[in-house]
Amino acid sequence: MEEKKTKHGQPEHVVIRFSGDSGDGMQLTGNLFSDTAAYTGHDLSTFPDFPAEIRAPQNTVAGVSGFQLHFGGTKIYNSGDLCDVLVAMNPAALKTNLKWAKKGATIIVDVDNFEPKALEKAGYSSNPLEDGSLAAYRIVKAPMRMLARETVKDLGLDTKSADRTKNMFALGMLLYMFDKPLEHTYSYLDIKFSKKPIVAEANKKVLKAGYDYADTIEVLQSKIHIPQAKLPKGKYRNITGNIATAWGLMAASEKSGRPLFLGSYPITPATEILMELARHRSLGVKTFQAEDEIAGITSSIGAAFTGSLAVTTTSGPGLSLKVEAMGLAVMTELPLVVVDVQRAGPSTGMPTKSEQSDLNLALFGRNGEAPMLIIAAASPADCFYAAFETAKLSMEHMTPAILLTDGYIGFGSEVFRIPRMADLPEIKPPLAEPNSEYKPYRRDPETLVRKWALPGTDGLRHRIGGLEKTDIYGEVSTDPLNHEKMVKLRAEKVQRIAKVLPLQEVFGETEDELLVVSWGGTFGAVRNAVEECRKEGLKVSHSHFRYINPLPLNTRDVLSKFKKVLVCELNNGQFVHYLRMNFPEIPYLQYNKIQGLPFTVSELCEKIKEVIK
Amino acid sequence: MSNEHPQINNTIPKSPYPLTREDFISDQMVKWCPGCGDHAILSAVSKVFPEIGYKKENYVLVSGIGCSSRFPYYVNTYGFHGIHGRAMAIASGVKIANPSLSVWIITGDGDSMAIGGNHFIHLIRRNIDVNLLLFNNQIYGLTKGQYSPTSPLGAITKTSPYGTIEHPFTPGELVLGAQGTFFARGIDAQPKMLTEIMFEAARHDGTSVVEVLQNCVIFNDGAYDHLASREYRDERTIYLEQGKPMLFGANKDKGLRWNGSGLEVIKLGENGWGINDVLVHDATNPDPGLHLSLAKMNWPELPVAFGVIRSVKAPTYDDLMEEQIQRIKAQSPIKCMDDLLNSGDTWEIE
Repeated sequence: MEEKKTKHGQPEHVVIRFSGDSGDGMQLTGNLFSDTAAYTGHDLSTFPDFPAEIRAPQNTVAGVSGFQLHFGGTKIYNSGDLCDVLVAMNPAALKTNLKWAKKGATIIVDVDNFEPKALEKAGYSSNPLEDGSLAAYRIVKAPMRMLARETVKDLGLDTKSADRTKNMFALGMLLYMFDKPLEHTYSYLDIKFSKKPIVAEANKKVLKAGYDYADTIEVLQSKIHIPQAKLPKGKYRNITGNIATAWGLMAASEKSGRPLFLGSYPITPATEILMELARHRSLGVKTFQAEDEIAGITSSIGAAFTGSLAVTTTSGPGLSLKVEAMGLAVMTELPLVVVDVQRAGPSTGMPTKSEQSDLNLALFGRNGEAPMLIIAAASPADCFYAAFETAKLSMEHMTPAILLTDGYIGFGSEVFRIPRMADLPEIKPPLAEPNSEYKPYRRDPETLVRKWALPGTDGLRHRIGGLEKTDIYGEVSTDPLNHEKMVKLRAEKVQRIAKVLPLQEVFGETEDELLVVSWGGTFGAVRNAVEECRKEGLKVSHSHFRYINPLPLNTRDVLSKFKKVLVCELNNGQFVHYLRMNFPEIPYLQYNKIQGLPFTVSELCEKIKEVIK
Repeated sequence: MSNEHPQINNTIPKSPYPLTREDFISDQMVKWCPGCGDHAILSAVSKVFPEIGYKKENYVLVSGIGCSSRFPYYVNTYGFHGIHGRAMAIASGVKIANPSLSVWIITGDGDSMAIGGNHFIHLIRRNIDVNLLLFNNQIYGLTKGQYSPTSPLGAITKTSPYGTIEHPFTPGELVLGAQGTFFARGIDAQPKMLTEIMFEAARHDGTSVVEVLQNCVIFNDGAYDHLASREYRDERTIYLEQGKPMLFGANKDKGLRWNGSGLEVIKLGENGWGINDVLVHDATNPDPGLHLSLAKMNWPELPVAFGVIRSVKAPTYDDLMEEQIQRIKAQSPIKCMDDLLNSGDTWEIE
């Protein structure tokens, strides 16, 4: 299946893609397989690929929902390029997803759905299962719908409900092929349908039927055994980026003692963070579903004024709406975490498709001089640490901050080693002492950080706001020299955060032919590609940026040691533009993809080879 | 003075010692135009805060943009001067995050009815326990004289040189339309009445909206002269008091009657009308029907209503939030982040 095999001739890792109509339950199927794979000791990474419409017309290409899973016995950095196994529940799913299948891949179809009408709706003029167009693949034609109906016929379900179980048939087949246990899925179904035992029973039976069917038809000569990954000792769970972001923020709240307030307005692909935080009233989390994006951020600014760890979550168009309020947070020098789960823009763009779209907006999108701390998460599990760190630095340095994630890592999942709260770093917000001769803009001479004086505290009454204020005293002022001083102080305060950031690291040699540079959610694909190229002996190294503003102090040193620097990003060159502005002497090359899709390892390898020639 | 008022019962900490207006005078120079109605409102606020009696550190003033929104700089409390239209949303965050604060929104007819209109209605719908002082001068003052959402149809301003062609909002209608639980109206020319109304606003649990008819001496001078001057005041306005008949006029000889389809003015002693024909004000009636009619009254057809028009009990957002947190805390097995991180599907690798 994969080029690389273990000594037993089995692949080290494998990519599976589930695809079907958006009502077919492909996300659930993928997640259940992922959970089982994770329990059985694999490292993994997933990527859901679904349409913006909830239920587009049945059997149409517009309604196809996909879920890709990459798991194996080595470190899995990304959700994989092309799949080894493709599950296609209908002709439209096959039509849309065939381009993601390797030549020679196993394609499992629900042959019952390849009826003339469905074929026509998908845009096929002839049946691809019969016209020879799939000769390069191994096709498994499973009559899933018929067998699912047959399996549950004694349970008294209506046809529609019976048909809904057919995703379990596909899952059962896959679990057989990779010699995985059914128990995890059984217990999931028992809990999920605890109030509808018949439905639970039906799904379990169909799951087992799929498993047995794969055995009976000898779908493979022998089951595939993917080796277990050598992960460090510890307790693990599977986590998506959006959930990890929510948890990282909650961890920062607990660690700092500052209550968590989220003001937010639902927007794809960021809504899950709001939904997740809304579940955790038990930890004192206050979520406020605001009337719009602006109320989301401004309510958070109000909460920040009172001493909360204040957060607002959004995506591109929402970030645009929050721009003025971000300036207010800069001016009032309050901590505030703005989480931007980026999606393809401009305007409404492609809501469910990922893109590193908003770096320019994060860096420059405010009136006046209004620098903010900007951190970009590298992977689904890293969202936890990136959110924690953004909250920590925002509070400790009294500056609003932007955490950039994206739809790909937000929806994607990864194996996450569960940290102990005691092992996370301390967070010490600079709270003003009661009755302490408080001046709103008096600063720590080293960090330039002002104190946080919370309403209700004795002896600290003060007024702040969006108007320019005098240094130290915080009185409204249009004094020319004071304004210039304050603009510079605010900028310098953010720059000085670099003193507490880790230095920029390089994977590979620190001085060589080619440095590949990436930032944010492309880490996995780029690291994977650089590893592959290095194994082939290419003189290439990788440096991944997590701290965007300020940049790590050694950034220039890192970049200047290479003959060529290739900056890879999922936009038209926003980060390379920023680097060029800061370090104009470096000979940058760029590789940009703006298709709403993640990088594939193969296209990155190809580019690296082209550049290094 | 303070013993004239009924008790305030809530969880906001009270001052351990009596406060005076001096406790709330800030060291900033007040920069409103001489003669501006805002001065009277400022004076009423610094008078009523000691009467309300909360700890001085527990007052927070939040404003948006406009002449009125400079207000927080002139009161010695915690203050937040926001951005245009967003005071309602900022204040929502302040109160939800810390319910032990007494939050006062200072806003104008442009700030709350135009750019902040969305936040205004949603604040009221949620019934967050804050007080909102709406300075209604029917004009944009800080930007020097453009019409506002409350400027009367046909008003000649710098952006309507031939008269506006927009129908104005009546703030009270918006408040009631958004299911408001408290609406009162006062006027800058009658500061004592303002103080009384503000105290009632503080006493009310929920969003209390106080519309203050306020004179802009530069760009809309005299907009309320027909109501404010001593000459006309008694005949053209009515001060509504809880449980009292709706009487007005210099001799209290005119009253409001419900004629079956609307309000009308009757003169006691004429045409057989007596005191029993006059409506008795009940601000606590949950049905907003009559309150709406009262809020909409306009001279010359009817007297303009002052006082607390509506004050009804309803759960507040901030109380419900705290109750929900306490309830879920008691039920949930997740007590800290370590619990959450280790909950659900996990596995060990040796």
